[in-house]
Amino acid sequence: MKGLLIISALGLLAMLAEIFKVKKIILPLTLLGIIGALIANYFEWNTTMSISYFDNMIVFDRPALAFSGIILCTAFFWFIMANDYFHEDTNVADHYSLVLFALVGALMLTAFKNMTTLFLGVEIMSIPLYVLAASKKGDIKSNEAGFKYLIMGSFASAVLLFGIALIYGATGSFDIAAISNYLAANEGNIPKFFHVGVIFMLIAFCFKVSAAPFHFWAPDVYEGSPTLITALMSTVVKTAAFAAIFKLFMLAFALSSPVWSSILAMIIALSLIISNFTAATQTSVKRMLAYSSISHAAFMLMVVLANVRNNSSLDALIYYSLAYCGGSIIAFATLHVISSNGGDESFTAFNGLSKRSPLLAFFMALAMLSLAGIPVTAGFFGKYFVFTNMIGTPYKWLLIMAVLTSGVGVYYYMKVIIAMYFKSADNETAVEIKMPIKFTIIIAGIVTLLIGIVPGMIAQLFKF
Amino acid sequence: MINGISINMYLMLSTILFIIGAVGVMARRNTIILFMCIELMLNAVNLLMVAFSTLHNDSNGQVFVFFIMAVAAAEVAVGLAILSMIYRNIKSIDTDLLTKLKN
Repeated sequence: MKGLLIISALGLLAMLAEIFKVKKIILPLTLLGIIGALIANYFEWNTTMSISYFDNMIVFDRPALAFSGIILCTAFFWFIMANDYFHEDTNVADHYSLVLFALVGALMLTAFKNMTTLFLGVEIMSIPLYVLAASKKGDIKSNEAGFKYLIMGSFASAVLLFGIALIYGATGSFDIAAISNYLAANEGNIPKFFHVGVIFMLIAFCFKVSAAPFHFWAPDVYEGSPTLITALMSTVVKTAAFAAIFKLFMLAFALSSPVWSSILAMIIALSLIISNFTAATQTSVKRMLAYSSISHAAFMLMVVLANVRNNSSLDALIYYSLAYCGGSIIAFATLHVISSNGGDESFTAFNGLSKRSPLLAFFMALAMLSLAGIPVTAGFFGKYFVFTNMIGTPYKWLLIMAVLTSGVGVYYYMKVIIAMYFKSADNETAVEIKMPIKFTIIIAGIVTLLIGIVPGMIAQLFKF
Repeated sequence: MINGISINMYLMLSTILFIIGAVGVMARRNTIILFMCIELMLNAVNLLMVAFSTLHNDSNGQVFVFFIMAVAAAEVAVGLAILSMIYRNIKSIDTDLLTKLKN
């Protein structure tokens, strides 16, 4: 909770910095604040099992603290990397505070215990992102991305709210625990519109995490937004949304799983097929990464599905999101470096990168291997944990489909590596990498390798 | 029963309003009307929330409606700002012209 308060205060301070003309100190202040929030998180992790606030609306228990830890770490490195983005125009302070407020929403989503805080978390996270997606004012592509994101996001929110209203109508409460108790007490006597409400909430969250068939906005929004904002969307926002889905379906709707689990299985199957086969045909790396994020969303939804059976797959989700955040940050940072060095976002821009910048090429290759799930990288063990969780469930066909479509995935990730190492570049000029971006890429790369080498240790840390 | 009207009537009315809004978002091309349709969807939810709140004799639902209203206002404020930015760039607010990002 202290972390949440610190980030909110930072957001307000960043807005004030514009008035008092002390823009220079915003970045150090933000980084210090995030470190402070992480330290506060660490102490809360060690002291008690769970602390509740606001009449049990926000509860920071260990899973919530683990997810907020991942979100804060990712945000820390994102801020170091995003130096460029904040110097593109004059309203630096506004952009800082928007990102910080989105972070507040993400932290709230990890810790909600009430539909009110769930809804507010989703909106606090989304509304700043609509603005950030459209933040290249003169670029119509960016405007269009922001507008599409806004329309789809508000549509999803309306669906989410309709679901919440129906569930409230059946149970008479917004509290997660009360809803779960209601389900346990009235088994076989639950009104139909309760189930409709659950399915509406599932659909709304599939919109938010861009799972097929509700994914169509994602590639456009990812392509149009400034690359660094796309990096934020595909790491922090995804992790927070999955923390929310997991908690919602684990704690509130676990007992009505016969209703939603087969629908969820269909959504996962569609996401796996559509995303992997469409990604293989893309010419733009940014769009490829957007489709790949849909397939990773499917993997993370599989954890939610597997959890119905054993209720102990949280560590797999945390490990997967950590691995995915690491890989994504490197991929988008590399893309950003290349496009700001005169290249575009296509596969051909990566041609001969190993000669232009061996360091960048090495870490990009590492990220691609991790996202594809090749052994000794974090991504492999992420997928491995998901599969071990899925084995006992009745959805074995889904497991087979996931393995097969991962094979297609290897093809399009390899396309990047082949372009970097085996094709010759049009221009041989060395790529210039700014110090902060280099730092972020190296740290993220080391994390990706390290948690791939000692996966058991990380997974053990998050066993609850 | 709320004031002699059964809860199913409220449920039906707000479902119809919600569907009108949802169809509008998918079918209409004028962006201002898109925003109106989203507002319609949110207000259908508000109506349902208030009806259930009265049914359960529980004020939580009505407090939630205030949150929805505040958030809807924030969303429309951001939306109209983006819209005016689009208008400045392409001198139109028709969604058919927003095709710079290929599908």
